[in-house]
Amino acid sequence: MIKSLHQRNSELAKSNRQLEILSNGIFQNGDLPKFKDKIAETGQFPLKAKKLEILQINVGYMCNQVCEHCHVDAGPDRKEIMTRDTMRQCLEVIKNTGAHTLDLTGGAPEMNPDFRWFVEEAAKAGIKDFIVRSNLTIIRANKKYYDLPDFFKKHNVHVISSMPHWTKGKTDKQRGNGVFDKSIKALQELNAVGYGMPDSDLRLDLVYNPSGAFLPGNQASMEKDFKKALLDDFDINFHNLFTITNLPIARFLDYLIASENYEDYMYALVEAYNPAAVKNVMCTNTLSISWDGFLYDCDFNQMLDLPVNSKVKHISEYNEELLEGRTIMISQHCYGCTAGAGSSCQGSVT
Amino acid sequence: MQKTYYDPADLKKFGKITEWNEELGNKFFDYYAKVFEEGKLTAREKSLIALAVAHTEQCPYCIDAYTQDGLQRGITKEEMMEALHVGAAIKGGATLVHGVQMMNKVNKLEM
Repeated sequence: MIKSLHQRNSELAKSNRQLEILSNGIFQNGDLPKFKDKIAETGQFPLKAKKLEILQINVGYMCNQVCEHCHVDAGPDRKEIMTRDTMRQCLEVIKNTGAHTLDLTGGAPEMNPDFRWFVEEAAKAGIKDFIVRSNLTIIRANKKYYDLPDFFKKHNVHVISSMPHWTKGKTDKQRGNGVFDKSIKALQELNAVGYGMPDSDLRLDLVYNPSGAFLPGNQASMEKDFKKALLDDFDINFHNLFTITNLPIARFLDYLIASENYEDYMYALVEAYNPAAVKNVMCTNTLSISWDGFLYDCDFNQMLDLPVNSKVKHISEYNEELLEGRTIMISQHCYGCTAGAGSSCQGSVT
Repeated sequence: MQKTYYDPADLKKFGKITEWNEELGNKFFDYYAKVFEEGKLTAREKSLIALAVAHTEQCPYCIDAYTQDGLQRGITKEEMMEALHVGAAIKGGATLVHGVQMMNKVNKLEM
């Protein structure tokens, strides 16, 4: 298992170092345009927040996996965990929000000791789409997690899980040895309680991140290939596949630099820039809440310590009206969400 | 003077061939785009054919382009290599089958 950047004491564990790299070099010498200038070409700068639709809460950076591409730099060593007090503050927001989607993420959100309490309480708010991003292997990590499929079902949670490929080699290379076999078993268990089955209301979607320095292919074609392979080889069903572009931050940035792919990857992102995707980038309809209750435009900005540009900075002073219309914080990592068909936590945006 | 005949950056300039003959250049790129659309063959299958042909043609631009294209489509390295062996088998077969011509000639000329 690789170690997190934090555990390695890597300079990339510091968000300001990542932001420096993203602003210097090819973006400073003019080889590539800064994101701000690129979106200004089509009159889309400054980017403004629209009406809130998705409330995404990161309940902690602890994870049982250490994936090579992780933008959170999550791992077993990360101790940043949301407390029940902060969860209570989040619940107040959830009860009164206009958002139609609640999206719990991590780390492995299930590793937060108050995760089940939080899900039970949050489910009472009756938000239309209640998502938990599960890495799948957590379901098989320890017997205390074995009943998660039933727990998710009981609270009608929409499960979204990462699966970089339908083959063991590609999956384990990105997510660690043994991850593929455990993920397959977990998917079969989710299917067994009804998740992902055709016509089932228990939603099970998969997320595809490329396992290297290249962009994702067409979402619909990849979904077709994933569905066929997982059904033929493992009798697994799921609903939708979301293709997500890896953003050049944290461990993926570390990988790009170490493999000497950083510049080529940034060129690829800028070349694939799609102005139509800018209209629908997720930061304009999403609010990301960190484990300690601070507010960000997206989970990526959270990891880069780029808080919302608003008087309201923390969940304790939450005000949806004041947050609407705020200017979105951007840097060159944002090219990841505007390449090709665009990318968001819900997949392509065009 | 550049030190090699091939420059990876030239691949990105491929579209510029239209500048010296717009009509034929555009017709070529329209045809090219149409060829690679989903048809009776999937775009994925076409990508693997292109990768194999890229190697038999020994076109470094095409190898670069269709290796990346394959990765983006989720094609595995095992599938890529299998496609290459199809190309190599045809290329090898094409060489060897000419051996029949050689044999015919030898048989005709020798006593």
